Amino acid sequence: MKNKILPFSVIIIFGIIFFIFYKGLQNSNIYTPDKNISSDIPSTNFKNFNSNIIFNSLNFFQDDKVYLLNIWSSWCIPCRQEHNFLMSLKKKKKIILIGINYKDNKKNAENFLKELGNPYDQIFIDNDGTISIEWGAFGVPESYLISNNKIIKKYIGPLNQQYVDEINLLIK
Amino acid sequence: MRFLYIIFLLFFLLNLTSVKGEEQDRINNITKNLRCLICQGQSVYDSDSEFANSIKILVENKIEEGLSERQIYNYFKKKYGDWILYDPGINKNTYILWLLPLLIFLIGGAIIYKKLIKKI
Repeated sequence: MKNKILPFSVIIIFGIIFFIFYKGLQNSNIYTPDKNISSDIPSTNFKNFNSNIIFNSLNFFQDDKVYLLNIWSSWCIPCRQEHNFLMSLKKKKKIILIGINYKDNKKNAENFLKELGNPYDQIFIDNDGTISIEWGAFGVPESYLISNNKIIKKYIGPLNQQYVDEINLLIK
Repeated sequence: MRFLYIIFLLFFLLNLTSVKGEEQDRINNITKNLRCLICQGQSVYDSDSEFANSIKILVENKIEEGLSERQIYNYFKKKYGDWILYDPGINKNTYILWLLPLLIFLIGGAIIYKKLIKKI
């Protein structure tokens, strides 16, 4: 009986390890960031696109309004794709659109807005990309829905009709 | 007098470069333990993507603000989750990883000990 305990326990341990690895195989190894977050807005210094005036993000957002903060750039192709959706959101007037111009040339950014229209109520500059990192961004484009000084939803990648419908539902 | 002045200037410049060098070493150490989230299998230190370059600048800014290495890791962990760290601490997702080798070591040790005792 005693001699049987050792092989038996070895088989059980191997069985457990096999089970853990087998389970692990089924998990996706592609990293997907958490999009349903509810976190406080970070304290960053926003520099205005036209006037170079600096605001702190904590003083900028008002409690009773809903904001969509959109990180964009003139060199980013998906930003062109989502631009129409931003223009349609602008017509709603229930939401304030804030643009963060990411690592861009001012002239190119101005031409981009001239060509496709300016949906933003305010634009800020992020020359070295650090403001976007402070907001937890991965790249461009990326959008954050902000209400009551909290980020309530994060949209990674270009906005599409499904996202816009969702935003319209949330701001109703 | 001029000689002394030159010596003083040289000493000052050398000191300045060594301070800068130390800071760069700290930035390198920290960025080597941060995963570039948009690259495949690269650390922030290795990567030259827009994301990684911005993080490098931010790490430098945080060091200048006087944050410790641990505080900088916690800062990024809060923003991007545990995945950004190559060396995450013990939490509910990683405790098996930390404890399993220890457990196997203890069980193995106990088996060997028992066998030895038997022989003696």
